Amino acid sequence: MTTTPAPRPDGRPRKQIHLGAHFPGVNNTTVWSDPRSRSHIDFSSFEHLARRAEAARFDFFFLAEGLRLREHKGLIHDLDVVGRPDTLPVLAALAAVTDRLGLAGTINTTFNEPYELARQFATLDLLSGGRAAWNLVTSSDAFTGANFRRGGFLDYSERYERAAEIVDVARQLWDSWSDDAVDADAETGEFLREGAVQRVDHDGKHFDVHGTFTTPRGPQGHPVLFQAGDSGEGREFAAATADVVFSLHGSFEDGQVFYRDVKDRLAAYGRTEDSLKILPATTVVLGDTAEDAAEEAALIRRQQVSGPTAIAYLEQVWGRDLTAYDPEGPLPDVEPDVDNASLTRGKVRHVKDPGPVVAAWREKAAAHGWSIRDLVIEVTGRNQFVGTAQQVADDIDRYVQEDASDGFILVPHLTPEGLDPFFDQVVPLLQERGSFRTEYTGTTLRDHLGLELPGVGGSQAADLEGARA
Amino acid sequence: MSSSTPGSPTTRTLHLAVDLTDAGAHPAAWRTLGSQARQLFDADRLQDLVSTAQRGTVDLVLFDDAFSLQPGRRGGVQGRLDAALVAARLAPRSEGVGLVPTVTTTHTEPFHVSKALATIDHASHGRAGWQVAVSTGADDAAHVGRRQAPDVAAAWAEAAEAIDVVSRLWDSWEDDAEIRDVETGRFVDRDKLHYVDHDGVHFAVKGPSITPRPPQGHPVVVVRVDSDAALAVAAEHADVVRVRATTLEEARALREQVRSAAADHGRDPDDVIVLVDLYAVIGPDRASAQARLDLLEGLAGVSWDTDSYTHVGTDRDLAVTAEEWFLAGAADGFTVRPSSLQTDLVALVDGVVPLLRRAGIYRTEYTGTTLRDSLGLARPANRYAAAIA
Ligand SMILES: Cc1cc2nc3c(=O)[nH]c(=O)nc-3n(C[C@H](O)[C@H](O)[C@H](O)COP(=O)(O)O)c2cc1C
Repeated sequence: MTTTPAPRPDGRPRKQIHLGAHFPGVNNTTVWSDPRSRSHIDFSSFEHLARRAEAARFDFFFLAEGLRLREHKGLIHDLDVVGRPDTLPVLAALAAVTDRLGLAGTINTTFNEPYELARQFATLDLLSGGRAAWNLVTSSDAFTGANFRRGGFLDYSERYERAAEIVDVARQLWDSWSDDAVDADAETGEFLREGAVQRVDHDGKHFDVHGTFTTPRGPQGHPVLFQAGDSGEGREFAAATADVVFSLHGSFEDGQVFYRDVKDRLAAYGRTEDSLKILPATTVVLGDTAEDAAEEAALIRRQQVSGPTAIAYLEQVWGRDLTAYDPEGPLPDVEPDVDNASLTRGKVRHVKDPGPVVAAWREKAAAHGWSIRDLVIEVTGRNQFVGTAQQVADDIDRYVQEDASDGFILVPHLTPEGLDPFFDQVVPLLQERGSFRTEYTGTTLRDHLGLELPGVGGSQAADLEGARA
Repeated sequence: MSSSTPGSPTTRTLHLAVDLTDAGAHPAAWRTLGSQARQLFDADRLQDLVSTAQRGTVDLVLFDDAFSLQPGRRGGVQGRLDAALVAARLAPRSEGVGLVPTVTTTHTEPFHVSKALATIDHASHGRAGWQVAVSTGADDAAHVGRRQAPDVAAAWAEAAEAIDVVSRLWDSWEDDAEIRDVETGRFVDRDKLHYVDHDGVHFAVKGPSITPRPPQGHPVVVVRVDSDAALAVAAEHADVVRVRATTLEEARALREQVRSAAADHGRDPDDVIVLVDLYAVIGPDRASAQARLDLLEGLAGVSWDTDSYTHVGTDRDLAVTAEEWFLAGAADGFTVRPSSLQTDLVALVDGVVPLLRRAGIYRTEYTGTTLRDSLGLARPANRYAAAIA
């Protein structure tokens, strides 16, 4: 069944929305205290979300990654979900219970070797029939490094340099086997086609890789590459290298600004705007009426930010122990300890300069009569679509058609059934409008995202040098 | 949980592992697959093989791996998939059978190895194992480019340290660490999460793992003993030890050696399962099995020196030998390496297995759900929980 999509008001062809389903795991949006919340470890939870996402014709399933348990005040942070299974084995297992859904995994470029990653992703691509994607993240802190042989060896300033070299080496390895390298000619006994597997010889600043790769080229040639990182360097790296940007810029105006910024960087690399999809993270709350949905959203926010969570969040900003304060009472009257910025470790810091932030919060809280918890609920809020299914479908479509994004990565607040209402109620409406597929038209994730198959030998090193100049 | 008492003579049964690497143990096996040989890297083919093994209630299947391409000169299969991901891919659509990938310790990070194997154990509800391998080849080292290849002794010393760290990471979560205490807002009891604080010769690892303790406590550790250095590591750390022998006496001596070395480490020798490698060419009669081997050798252009017990003959003869070795205390079981998976795996499962069952030395169904259940091995206590108790 194909729907002919209506053009956009300005006459441009209608964009197709791209949607990913994020398995929530470790973050501060997952509501584990709800009785409907189930295991975030058992495979059945992963299977539920993946099967439902595939039935809804989503582009992909998405997993985040962390390599050290978070700590707060020198102790393991125990208020959010803690613990998760390993990214790539989960995706490989999901390949067994799905047929078309893309399988996107976050894997750090700092604490891994390119040869090993290249063969893992080639394997995942083969075992899934061309559905693998790699979200490259670059966190480089010594805190995480304490779990690895070489410790915290990488300077923050080198994180994208190493990432670029990893991608460069991985592409050389993926390209070192031609698509038809496995000849397996029983007559002649030639297993690999003569000359179809090339040696790789790479000497670089971060890696020396010499030899013959072990793994046949997957159906996608290269797995789809995602990038999540927000600095200028991160955006440049995305423009040079990525197929998808996983962003945090989910509000309409901010989304449009980010979208323009990143897409405008593409031309310098000889790339078209269609070759890079921008997909912010977002959450959705549905209700029978707009009021119901708003009420439900407020309830969820209070579940996400418990009293202890609110205090722990403030402590991160204040750099002080604030357990003596009542989360339902006014903001602490002590001043932040500016030198004690690393109270929480293993988590991306949101507030870099506490002084002015605290001043602004005090003013805000006083003006609205907010408690500590009210304030934290307010300032940690992320992009949300809240409303009836029709309102949410309208909003999502508007964001995409008006270039605030190319789609979204949906983060449910409940594991594993949190997106079921979206699949059931919103997806059909997007399909009716002709903005979202009703059937998969291809078999690979590249097909779903409308990305070209990279040719052998066509890989280019991500050239950050030129971009920085 | 296992209902059998490990090692007790009344419940002792023969264990079978099957090597599912490539198209079979013989380098020319792929040439008997015809046009299907191009599908050697397909998940569906692997799925079929595991289903067959499962029909034979085999304890576990093994997938070999290395960071280098197989040498091409013998006309064998070339190309490898990451074995851990193969095992993970097979986990949701299999039952009963243990899934044991080879993962090297030489060029990998124990932290990554630990959570990958724990995750396969979670996805399979307790059927993961780990065949520990070391890499002493210059090729592998050049692929990673970090350092020179270690020699055998150094590589196994590092492996011993890696196994220790990996199993500490498996223990770094107590089984009941997740509490979801709504009252206090705590998801975990942090007192049940443990830093492993390993500061060793080869690496330093802080911990705890990011992945909760696997269903088996520790996935089953398999070590192939092909050197004194490997024997030392196996005696201390392995649940399953693979040995190579060509005669019953040699096998019995090796098994005794492994068991006494384990005892020297304060372990109960019955907690160590010794499997003898058994290369198998199985045919309806001895002549046809030999004819098939001759054909394979003709294709490969070399004769097959397996350097271990090689059976060329009928399913009946193989069952008799297996029973004889088992009852003589020469083996707790075998790692069968079918010369050709397409032919010999089916012959093993549908020919040999029923005979072993009839002899009363082999299970008719999986008695538990985990690989440890199949092997009659207890679930290891958590060292950190024990330390507190
Ligand atoms: C939307 C988004 C998702 C991210 N997810 C992860 C993650 O799952 N694991 C991780 O280690 N880092 C994650 N990061 C952090 C990035 O790795 C981090 O931003 C990067 O290392 C630093 O690069 P930057 O300075 O360009 O932001 C994420 C970042 C963004 C923006």
